[in-house]
Amino acid sequence: MTMHTNEIVKIHNVDKIFKRGSEEIHVLGGLDLRIPEGEFLALMGPSGSGKSTLLNLIGGLDRPSQGTVQIGGERIDELSNRKLAAWRARHIGLVFQFYNLMPVLNAQKNVELPLLLTHLSRSERKKRAAIALDIVGLSHRNRHYPRTLSGGEQQRVGIARAIVTDPTILLCDEPTGDLDRKAGDEILDLLQELNREQGKTIVMVTHDLHAAARASRTLYLNKGQLSTEPED
Amino acid sequence: MKYLYLVWSNLKRKKIRTILTMLSIMIAFLLFGYLGAIKQGFSQGIDVAGVDRLIVRHKVSIIQLIPQSYESRIEQVDGVVDAVHQSWFGGIYQKPSNFFAQMPVNPREYLAMYPEYLLSDEEREAWFSTRTGAIAGRATADKFGWKVGDRIPINATVWTRKGGERTWEFDLVGIYEGAEKGTDTTQFLFRYDFFDESRQFGQGQVGWYTVRVADPDRAAQTAEAIDAQFANSPAETRAEPEGAFLQAFANQIGDVGFIMMSIIAAVFFTILLVAGNTMAYAVRERTNELAVLKAIGFTDISVLGLVLGESLVLTALGGGIGLGLAWLLVSAGDPTGGALPVFFIPVKYLLGGVLLIGLMALVAGILPALQAQRLRIADALRR
Repeated sequence: MTMHTNEIVKIHNVDKIFKRGSEEIHVLGGLDLRIPEGEFLALMGPSGSGKSTLLNLIGGLDRPSQGTVQIGGERIDELSNRKLAAWRARHIGLVFQFYNLMPVLNAQKNVELPLLLTHLSRSERKKRAAIALDIVGLSHRNRHYPRTLSGGEQQRVGIARAIVTDPTILLCDEPTGDLDRKAGDEILDLLQELNREQGKTIVMVTHDLHAAARASRTLYLNKGQLSTEPED
Repeated sequence: MKYLYLVWSNLKRKKIRTILTMLSIMIAFLLFGYLGAIKQGFSQGIDVAGVDRLIVRHKVSIIQLIPQSYESRIEQVDGVVDAVHQSWFGGIYQKPSNFFAQMPVNPREYLAMYPEYLLSDEEREAWFSTRTGAIAGRATADKFGWKVGDRIPINATVWTRKGGERTWEFDLVGIYEGAEKGTDTTQFLFRYDFFDESRQFGQGQVGWYTVRVADPDRAAQTAEAIDAQFANSPAETRAEPEGAFLQAFANQIGDVGFIMMSIIAAVFFTILLVAGNTMAYAVRERTNELAVLKAIGFTDISVLGLVLGESLVLTALGGGIGLGLAWLLVSAGDPTGGALPVFFIPVKYLLGGVLLIGLMALVAGILPALQAQRLRIADALRR
């Protein structure tokens, strides 16, 4: 991998082992990855190649079986569960393929969710959620529940929820995978805007070459190894 | 508090299921409160029975009479401060269902023995000076709309007057209040001297004695000494603490407390299964959402707290409404029309109800909450 200054993600010799009965499956075979601050990185690869596993390790949603995960200078693989949760709340914004919004909460309340973990007052939480919804162009739909929003709109709410805490890194797991081309393009425009105008570091897992083309760098994961070229 | 809307929103997710579970819990707590009042009614007076008072009755049964002459002999027993007699009149006012206790007593001694019956000085003096005078408790006076100055006719079922006349007429000279909530204010008390002189038979006989002892810690020894005094006499006695006497009186129709508590325990066990099942479903169907909460930074403990919070809100709403309804129903009055003169939900039952709400919330919610706490984010998001 190319070395950069201001590397926000430093992953070294990481492996994740899953057990299926007595069999051990090594998903990431001693993988190394460095991501500079402000990069928009696309991760591609076939199904089961370990893209989501890698994304989970970067986001502190899972722990490596071996190796180190350092984000913003902090070894997150060594944090306790409680500290890791607090770290995620502070540094990570997550965008999921199927949006994963709370169906019982309206758009505004969904976006406010991560702010419940802060010491912000109710009015401040409301204000910040409104700003996040404005950034994604959905301030006029703030009282709508997920079931009344289109897929593209739901994903915008998901992005607003991800950016409302102003996280260090935005992790997107197939953010356009459930959307049609037009809505997908709008989401990609939004992510690109967040990267270019607000300097957000974005790691996006995708199967879609069209989506990956929006990133500033694309890496391919296959059999637990990263490369800059897709495997034939 | 900032998580409350999240808890509330989740409860609203399946409105019908939440309402049905809440109604089940409500019924359980309604029964708890109402049966608690009935239990209290059956054990009336036990809680407020004087610890320094003994009841002395005939050794064979409460319905066997004992001589009035025992009074002075009881008062001579070491450790006895005072003794007053009472008798069961058992008359009928207008119709048999108008049940309340009527007893001939010695007014001065009786009021001294039972300071919990509150009477104004004027009413006391009126009773002392009126041979046909009687006093009634507030509950009975209100029930029949009596006021001081009324003439109250009572038909005797046992104690006929000389000449065979069944109707006794009393002048109501006072209405007493109870010093405590559990104090029986249903009694109708009239003068023993008038009763004894006017009755056709049984002169010089009384039902039982209430005895005040100097040292409650030595009540058992004093009771033994009283019984020893009348051993081998035609009317042997049995002395026991007032509370035990009242309990035995209540137990004549069975251990009401045990029956009530058995019913309540069975109901609560069933409702616990219903509430536990609701919580288990509520967590299982939102595995993904709980994983998302953890992913965005909620700790394991806060997720556990959210699930337990849901359980608590569900139980508190159902239980609170149930206890409130029980309170309203009990406030409407004794459902038997007089058989339960003391009918209310004691504060200890209400506090017990609140404790049960917390306990039910914990037991119903703890397993699903632990399941949510242990949820692994990556695994749950893959489901």
